[in-house]
Amino acid sequence: MHALSKYIAKRLLWTLPTLLIVAAMVFFLVRMIPGDPAQLILGDSASPDELANLRANLGLDRPVPVQFLYWLGNVLRGDLGHSISNGAPVLPLMLDRFQVSATIVVVAVALATLIAVPAGLVAAWRQNEHVDIAIVAASTLLMSVPSFWLGLVLLLVFGLKLGWLPVVGYVPFTEKPWTAITYVILPVVTLMLIEVGVLTRMMRASAIEILRLEYVMHARAKGLSEAKVLLRHVLPNAFAPTWTMIGLVLGGLLGGIAVLETVFTLPGLGRLLVDAIFARDYPVVQGCLLFTALIYVIVNLIVDLCYPLFDPRVTAS
Amino acid sequence: MIRQPANLIIGSALLIFIGGMALLALFWTPYEPAAIKLIAKLKPPSAQFWLGTDEFGRDVVSRLMTGAVQSMTVAILTVAFAITVGTITGLIAGYTRGLVDRILMVFSDALLAFPGTLLALGLMVISGPNKYGIILALGIAYSPSVLRVVRASVLSAREREYVEASRVIGNSEFATMFRHVLPNCTAPIVVLATSMFGWVVLAESGLSFLGLGVPPPAPTWGNMLSAARTYIEKAPWLGLAPGICISMTLLGINLLGDALRDRFDPRMEQR
Repeated sequence: MHALSKYIAKRLLWTLPTLLIVAAMVFFLVRMIPGDPAQLILGDSASPDELANLRANLGLDRPVPVQFLYWLGNVLRGDLGHSISNGAPVLPLMLDRFQVSATIVVVAVALATLIAVPAGLVAAWRQNEHVDIAIVAASTLLMSVPSFWLGLVLLLVFGLKLGWLPVVGYVPFTEKPWTAITYVILPVVTLMLIEVGVLTRMMRASAIEILRLEYVMHARAKGLSEAKVLLRHVLPNAFAPTWTMIGLVLGGLLGGIAVLETVFTLPGLGRLLVDAIFARDYPVVQGCLLFTALIYVIVNLIVDLCYPLFDPRVTAS
Repeated sequence: MIRQPANLIIGSALLIFIGGMALLALFWTPYEPAAIKLIAKLKPPSAQFWLGTDEFGRDVVSRLMTGAVQSMTVAILTVAFAITVGTITGLIAGYTRGLVDRILMVFSDALLAFPGTLLALGLMVISGPNKYGIILALGIAYSPSVLRVVRASVLSAREREYVEASRVIGNSEFATMFRHVLPNCTAPIVVLATSMFGWVVLAESGLSFLGLGVPPPAPTWGNMLSAARTYIEKAPWLGLAPGICISMTLLGINLLGDALRDRFDPRMEQR
């Protein structure tokens, strides 16, 4: 247990400098846009008083590192400023939108994992046989289709041609749960199909390596049934790399979901960022970048912290 | 992952097809890709317009071909940029070690803390939507992965005897690095560059789809798809064709990547 807590402490400590640099990058990104930061943040309609106020607030007369610390202090207190377009505070706005993106991404990746793990395991078990070739071909194909196009095609088929599902829009779960589900089925299925490809290939590759190891042969020699060998001896060990991949996929999706939210006109975090970029709503841009990077780092942290559960060797090294 | 020759053959065939389409477009397209002809708008595929026409009566085949040029140019330049920057910094980091290495690694870790597309989106804020902005943004986003791969190979190569020998016979550190250490990193760089080509095609089409990539009227697969959304029910061919081109490119890259990976390094995992 001692090794485990040391591993956790080390991993947590490593996250801090990364987060600090991420914050600095987001801060300087917006500062690198030519123009007066106060004007950029308040927009063109700001009065001279407001501008002067904000300049003092941002410490624009101070050296840049001091300005950064000012900003960081505000961020740590949860104050990410206000949207230029509608004056709403950035943090609640983002959290609201994040719920939409997170629901879709988490459900899709969970479903994808449920399909990918058995599919990858079977493919590895029957390596180079017909089942395997079919599974590999299907997952390579799925991996090669862009999500926004697959979404568009599914929308065309199930929304427009067959008319089974609503085409555009979103209803919160809290209002009409059943209608809400019909709106998210297509985006969830699209994402799930895309991710099944990557995860199946990952699972297959690691299961193949495990199947070659001696203890599998030993387990077979003991007379265990194939099902027991696969479920008890191969699955737990082969799952660890797939688990890391799930983390990368989850985090990557939160950054890349803007295209899918555009296809299905969902009010998610990605769409908020893209709209903010178009509207030059810099506080929102800054907030979304910071928030998404933070989620990405946290997801990967959680994945790493869960890693010892699947692979006890991690803490030893 | 499928039988080796099948990967190699199908993958190369797909890429040669797309590459050939782009090369041909440099000299010839069936119609002028930007020529607006409103009387021929939204025509379904026919003998005259093989894949139909769009909302301005522009020929879809011609636009797909010109789009292939855009996608290939962006992908080649971005990969070249990321590989150059990543290789130079990776060599420096792995070879000098010490303080320089630490600083480079801290920066690359921080860049990797952003999902690739997100970082590119952020950088597009500064550059605005244009071709060179995308190349720079995606190039910066992907160079840390190259840095890591190169640094790892340098760290293992620098202790080898022939590197030691090169120093002993009086070659400069610079010459040793380029002539004896760098060639050892080629295999992993080639494998990485192949996958990266696919990531860039996907990311560029995604950014163009969002309206943050190559701006119209220059046709790209991404902005063609974006424009096709409005007419998806009336003219589904507009939405199908660019997506099939993107998928064919990515499938080609993935198959070729598998073949290369099996050949150079059976243990290398994809990102």
